[in-house]
Amino acid sequence: MTVSKKDVEHAAKLARLGLTEQEKELFTKQLSQILEFADSLNKLDTKNVAPTSHAIPMKNVLREDKTKPFTDTDAILANAPEEEEHMFKVPKILE
Amino acid sequence: MHTKTAHELHSLLTNKEISSLELIEAVLAQIDKSEGEIQAYVTVTKEKAIKQAKAADERIKAGKSLSLLDGIPIAVKDNMCTKGVLTTCASKILANYIPPYDATVVTKIKESGAVMVGKANMDEFAMGSSTENSGIHLTHNPWDTKRVPGGSSGGSAAAVASNEAILATGSDTGGSIRQPASFCGVVGMKPTYGRISRYGLVAFASSLDQIGPLTKDVTDAAILLNILSGYDAKDSTSVNTPVPDYRKALVDDVAKMKIGYIKELLGKGVDKDVKDSIKQAMKKFEELGAELIEISMPTFEYAVATYYLIAPAEASSNLARYDGVKYGHRSKEAKDLITMYSNTREEGFGDEVKRRIMIGTYALSAGYYDAYYLKALKVRTLIKQDFEKAFAKCDVLISPTCPTPAFKIGEKTADPLSMYLSDIATIPLNLAGLPGISIPCGFSQNLPIGLQITGKAFDEETILRTAFAFEQNTEWHKRRP
Repeated sequence: MTVSKKDVEHAAKLARLGLTEQEKELFTKQLSQILEFADSLNKLDTKNVAPTSHAIPMKNVLREDKTKPFTDTDAILANAPEEEEHMFKVPKILE
Repeated sequence: MHTKTAHELHSLLTNKEISSLELIEAVLAQIDKSEGEIQAYVTVTKEKAIKQAKAADERIKAGKSLSLLDGIPIAVKDNMCTKGVLTTCASKILANYIPPYDATVVTKIKESGAVMVGKANMDEFAMGSSTENSGIHLTHNPWDTKRVPGGSSGGSAAAVASNEAILATGSDTGGSIRQPASFCGVVGMKPTYGRISRYGLVAFASSLDQIGPLTKDVTDAAILLNILSGYDAKDSTSVNTPVPDYRKALVDDVAKMKIGYIKELLGKGVDKDVKDSIKQAMKKFEELGAELIEISMPTFEYAVATYYLIAPAEASSNLARYDGVKYGHRSKEAKDLITMYSNTREEGFGDEVKRRIMIGTYALSAGYYDAYYLKALKVRTLIKQDFEKAFAKCDVLISPTCPTPAFKIGEKTADPLSMYLSDIATIPLNLAGLPGISIPCGFSQNLPIGLQITGKAFDEETILRTAFAFEQNTEWHKRRP
């Protein structure tokens, strides 16, 4: 599998990840190498094999839909890059 | 005294031959002495540790010791949340993050009375095999400071090996406990997926991540495993099965035990000294009365490729949360929200993290999902089946933990694939969710070699028994840098 610079730019956009021109060049080369390596999996016939997403069988765990207060909201907001009136502040979303 | 194991120190503490304060001061003095060279820690929590040690001494004096680890210094990997103490995950994006809560393992450590000395360095977001991807600083191997300590729990392993902590926690997604344990000549165990709660562990690849102990010997591993294990309602992947007393598994007897050795992991690509050490270990087990069985794992050669699709796919999803809104770094160069996201992530993440986000996003994107991600999940099934077939014939499997001893700093950084391939023996266990331990089993010149023992799901006891028997009948674990 050869990855093009356009593929890299598309994936970076999906991942909301800014890349420099230099990084784009590097990742185009490295992603091609890594995916070429991953192509070795095609040597295995998996037509009738079920996928494993978790190795240990798991069931969805549900809890009662009841709120529990978290008392130390100040400690949470202390980590906020920007805060105003006890809320997270972000750049303008709508014009 | 800081060179001793936790179980030895516990006896000295309860017999009042030493105090926890003296012990913590000895460890802090060792940190002062060797940290300049080793750099195992991101943060040393000196004042807190001294306070906790004094409290431990009060308890021990009153005969109210909380556990075998009461008053014992421990290092915590910096991807486990510690309330009020910096938790960076060795990333610039979390460089100033102070968690408002404790991870469940941190709560358990506090309840045991163990004294946290500091937060150990690691590869950024646990992505790496050398700790060279730390966004904070490098960590050096105590056996040869020009070499890597392994990774991603390189700080934890180096701290234990250099006596800058008595024991440590690590996390293991593809070998991140076992490989640094092997490189630093200590014991490192990855328990079964679901055995230990991951609540408060910064997520990397959620179907693979597992927390475990790094210690100076197998007995300490069993003691710390006892404390860390158990179901937790806050982690929906933690498994609700009873936790045995792992110390009871420490029996020096492998007679009639069936030990499988993995043919493919003694073949090409494995260093000669490593092969020789494993063969000597096989001979030792035979002397002790075990039956050695050759096992073939034909799908192992595909494990690294499988892992490097699944782990980045999960990581690309888990790391979407670092957007500069609620915590962590935020780019100052942002006029609108989308630019704020992408600039924040560009500035905050290091190369390897970016690379994995890119691989994962690509493997999950429209048009490639079936060819890469789904294909990898199917191969994962085949790898799991290989283990099932093997465990129908034997009780545990042995192999090298790594194909080589510790490599030189800078040796593999330019070629990500060669770095990924150093995890060839450890990755299959994570894909299958199985427990494994790495224990010292020899040296190549002055560099430690690790023996990996793999067991059935939730059969940590047989692994510990096998490891304990080997340790009782060899001297490798006694060598220190």
